[in-house]
Formats: sequence, structure tokens, C-alpha cells
Amino acid sequence: MLDFFNIDSLLSEDERAVRDSVRRFVDERVLPIIGSCYVDGRFPKEILPDLAELGVFGANLPEEYGCAGLNNVAYGLIMQELERGDSGVRSFASVQGALAMYPIYAFGSEEQKKKHLPRMAKGEVIGCFGLTEPDFGSNPSGMITMAREQADGTWILNGSKMWITNGSTAQIAVVWAKTNGDKSDSSIRGFVVPTDSKGFKSKDQKGKLSLRASDTSELVFQDLVLPADAILPKSGGLKSPLMCLTQARYGISWGAIGAAMACFEEALEYSKTRVMFDRPIGGFQIQQERLAEMLTEIVKAQLVSLHLGRLKDAGTFTPQQVSLAKRNNVSIATDIAREARRLLGANGILAEYSAMRHMANLESVYTYEGTHDVHSLVLGQALTGLNAFK
Amino acid sequence: MKIAVCIKRTPDSESRFKIAASSTAVDETGLKFDIDDFASYAVEVALQINEKQGPGETVVVAVGPDVVQETLRKAMSMGADRAVQLKTDAIPYDGLAVAKALAAELKAGNFDLVLFGKHAFDTSAGVVGTATAELLGIPCVTAATKLEISNGRGVARRELEGAAETVEFPLPAAVTIDEGIARPRYPSLKGIMAAKKKPLETKPAQLGAVRVTVKAMELPPERPAGRIIGEGTAAIPELIRLLQTEAKVL
Repeated sequence: MLDFFNIDSLLSEDERAVRDSVRRFVDERVLPIIGSCYVDGRFPKEILPDLAELGVFGANLPEEYGCAGLNNVAYGLIMQELERGDSGVRSFASVQGALAMYPIYAFGSEEQKKKHLPRMAKGEVIGCFGLTEPDFGSNPSGMITMAREQADGTWILNGSKMWITNGSTAQIAVVWAKTNGDKSDSSIRGFVVPTDSKGFKSKDQKGKLSLRASDTSELVFQDLVLPADAILPKSGGLKSPLMCLTQARYGISWGAIGAAMACFEEALEYSKTRVMFDRPIGGFQIQQERLAEMLTEIVKAQLVSLHLGRLKDAGTFTPQQVSLAKRNNVSIATDIAREARRLLGANGILAEYSAMRHMANLESVYTYEGTHDVHSLVLGQALTGLNAFK
Repeated sequence: MKIAVCIKRTPDSESRFKIAASSTAVDETGLKFDIDDFASYAVEVALQINEKQGPGETVVVAVGPDVVQETLRKAMSMGADRAVQLKTDAIPYDGLAVAKALAAELKAGNFDLVLFGKHAFDTSAGVVGTATAELLGIPCVTAATKLEISNGRGVARRELEGAAETVEFPLPAAVTIDEGIARPRYPSLKGIMAAKKKPLETKPAQLGAVRVTVKAMELPPERPAGRIIGEGTAAIPELIRLLQTEAKVL
């Protein structure tokens, strides 16, 4: 990997060691199979035990719960390397760590943490995150999924969720629901829902032209009975799931860099070896400009995420800063993937190369976890104090 | 078992190398260094033996400046228990000088087994393992592609040109490790964090006299550009003629 700005010099030895270990794993275990997984529309489940053994799930959560206890920069570098493989593989790790393990860690009781987190870190239990609904994506406060508390303290859950990564593979779903008939978003609470509960149904969403190496599902809850201890006791209001999304978006800002790096490296290599008009196409100004543009944006994105990671470790980062990083980095990655695909000419449409796979994947990443447009409005509100959502 | 693994830090073999202005060394600017591939196989072999045989200790040893501490920690992140740096500003080219430093450290260690890479990527000399064994007065097997230890004896397989041989030897012994013996494990993220807390001791390297030095280095000559001699079947006779008379491969 080209490190044009010697950004490695800003990383500690263990941050580099973590990055290099995951990088080698992705080179040896993900890249050889991911093209065919994508074409077949299949998540590469076979890598999960080794990915868990490596320790990537919830890697920035504490060691006492069986996690690696890494800082947020090392965690970001893991996301970068996984997405250098494929956005679907990184999405799996993001969902498991930032969207399923994190809410249990942040809002769960000590019993819930001890019960779930070590097994999730080992990959023995897979989690998913249910917030988005068919009619409520950018506007989660409008959700209609409802949990009602019974006289005996148990809960009855009704509703549905959509676009749920890992939804059909998960053993537990962290589901966000309004409670006890209260339609305001302050009544939203999180629940740990075993997916083998009676009244739980999941169905894979078919016909995806993006994130094909990832499972995306619809979840339906019909009179699903949950024990009293299924509720995440410290969750309260829409703020709770949004805190999870801030964690995941932070990782996505790094992940997008990985996808961009993969496309850039592929385009650079191709430009040096592909001969047209009797010389490598890298000798033509138009391709050099493409490559210069890609490199520049990657370096800028790397510095943004790295600084954001340092702020996160210092405990001073804001969700608005995460919005800026996610918005910028995913946007430049989609552009880089498209330009790389173009540089590759006709070969660029083949699954044998990665550019078009990343290009299609990144359209999902551009849209999920707060669309690009929603992050524009978050920044707009931060700048002007005026809320464009209301 | 108490196993020592002597490891070396070498540049990534896929780097593009340039020769330094001195013309006696590689220009290290921009090169990425890591544990030598053969040394990493040796670390993996040691870890597997101790995992299989129950409680033991795997100690990694490296000669070199402070940057080798990173390489030692990498071996500890794979699972080695502790590390020793034999400190010197520069690693001498003379393998015997390095072997003397290693033997001085290892002789009091009561190791059952001392492992090395078959050779290191940067010099391809293959001297240090055998020379250290000689200085320690223990049997040495080179380029093992399989190694089994039981009841105080070792059995190793060696690949020869068109054949293979199996040798046996008593412990303590030194074995240099060839590729293909084991796939080095990925340092786990927990392993990386744990390695920071494992003991890493630094001592001055008691190097022997340096009698062999590099006089000059050169890169292989640039390959001449290819040439197109024609198109389609019409070009075949000329192609065959050139392969016979010029390239002399037919």
C-alpha cells in the first residue's frame, strides 16, 4: 500500500501491528474469494471463525468482556482493512461490533454484558441491529414498532424492520421500539431479541445489485413475547440508537478509505501494465490526472479519520464531526471507485477486478448509516443553528 | 520444552530495492521491515511444539539495533513468552560474528531446542544457525520441512533435489527451518495487546570479530526490451529461428 504522506509515522507500533495483521488476513483469506462470493450473492461465512479468532468483533470494547480493548484508531484501521476486502465484510464487523455489541455494552445490565459480549466477540453469537423500518429510514423517530409491557413484566413486541444487515444469520437482534403506546421518540427503548423467539421472522431481501456479499433482511415481529430482562435498562429515547450509529459511522469513515485504497492500488497497477498506443496507459496525462486526484483524496480522508480517531480516544469528538468524516470519505470513495473502473476500461466491469464491486457497494454505504444528504443537513444545522428536519 | 527462536528483521521481499550511495548496502529509505519469513516459520514451529507438548517456554532472540524490538514484539504477539534483544548499532554481515553473540546468550539458557530460519531473505547466507550450533556444541539439522519432537529426540524431514530424507537427533539441538513447514499464525489483536506486557530484555551483543564484509552490491542488469518480429502465422519461422539461434532455448 502506497503511504505517500508517511501517515504510518502518526501511528503507534501496536496500531500498525493491528493493521498489518488484519491486512494480511484480508489479502490471504478475503481477496481470493470475494469476487465469486459477490457474483454468487453470498456472504463468506467460512471466514467467520478465523475473523473472530483474530479478534475483530467489538475490538475497541474492554478486555473484561472478552474483547481486544483496542483504541479507536486501531479499531478504525481494522475497518479500513476489512473494507479494502469488501464493504459487505466490513458491514458484518460494523454491525456485530458497533451496532449489536456496543448497545449491549453501553445500555445493558452487567448480566446482559457478561452473557452476550464474550460470546459475540468469539463469533459464537451473531447480532444484528433493527432500527430502520420500511417507511422510516432517514426519519427513525417515526417508527411504528411497539413493545408493550405486561402485568408480569414481560413485553410483547409488534412491528417490522428493514434493510437489516446479518438479519437472517443473527442469533440475537438488538431491536429499537417505542413502548407502551407512547408515539413520541422519547419512549424508544432497546431490546435484545433472540431470533428463535416465537413470532420472529426474517426474510432475505433479494435482487440487490450492491453489497451482494452481505445478507440484508427484513424482520417481522408478531406478538413476540420477550422476558422482562430483554430490555436494555440504560437505553432511553432516540438518542440511544443514534449513539450506536455514531460508533458505526466512525468505523465507516475508515472503511470507505479501505475501499478507495483497493480501487486506487488496482488502477495504479493496471495503468503501469496495460499497454495501449504502444505504451502503458499510465503515461497518458488523462490517467495521471485520475490517479493524482484519487491519491489526493485518499490522503485527505486518511488524515480526517485519523484525527477523528484521536479525538474519539480523547473523548472529545462530536457526532457532527463523525458526520463530516462519513459524508466526505464515503463520497470520495464512490468517486474513486468509479474513476478506477473507468481507468480499467472494459476489464473494469469484470468481477475479477475489484473496482466495479466496490463502486456498487459504496452506493449502499453512501445511503446507509445516515445518507450523504442527511449528513449535509446535520452539518448545516451545526453551522447555522437552524434545523432543516423540522 | 524450553525453545529459543533466533529471528531477524528483514525488508519486505516484495519491495523495489535500490542500492545505497555507499554501494555496499541496500538503501533502506521507504522500505517496510518485518520478521523474516523463514524466522516466522520457526516461531510458528516453536509455538506448535509447546502447544502440543504442554507447558513450555518460547523465547525469541534477535541481534540488532532498537528497531528489532518491534520484530521481537511481533513474535510475542504470535505467542512467544519473552524476548531478548542483543543490542548492536548494526548487524554485521559476518554470520560467525552474529553466531558468537547468540551462543553467548543461549549457552546458559538450558534450551532443549534452538530454532532458526533456514536463511534470512536479505543475505541468503544461512551461516548463523549452523555456526551457533557449532559454538554451543549441539547437533544441527538444516532446512527442515517437518519437525517432530518426542522423548528427548527429534525427527526432521529435509527436501533434497528429487528426493527427501528423514534424520533423527538427540536434544538439545539446533534446527533451521525451511518454508512449507507451517503457516505462521496471524498475530491476534489480543495477542498484540498482550505482547506489550511481556518481558523484553536488552543486553549488549557480544559479537565476534567481523572478518567478512560486503565490498560491492549490484542490481541485476535491466532486461532488454522485447521486440515484435511480426504478426500471425507468418512470424512463426522467424520466431523459431531466433529462439534457436539467439535465445538458444530450442
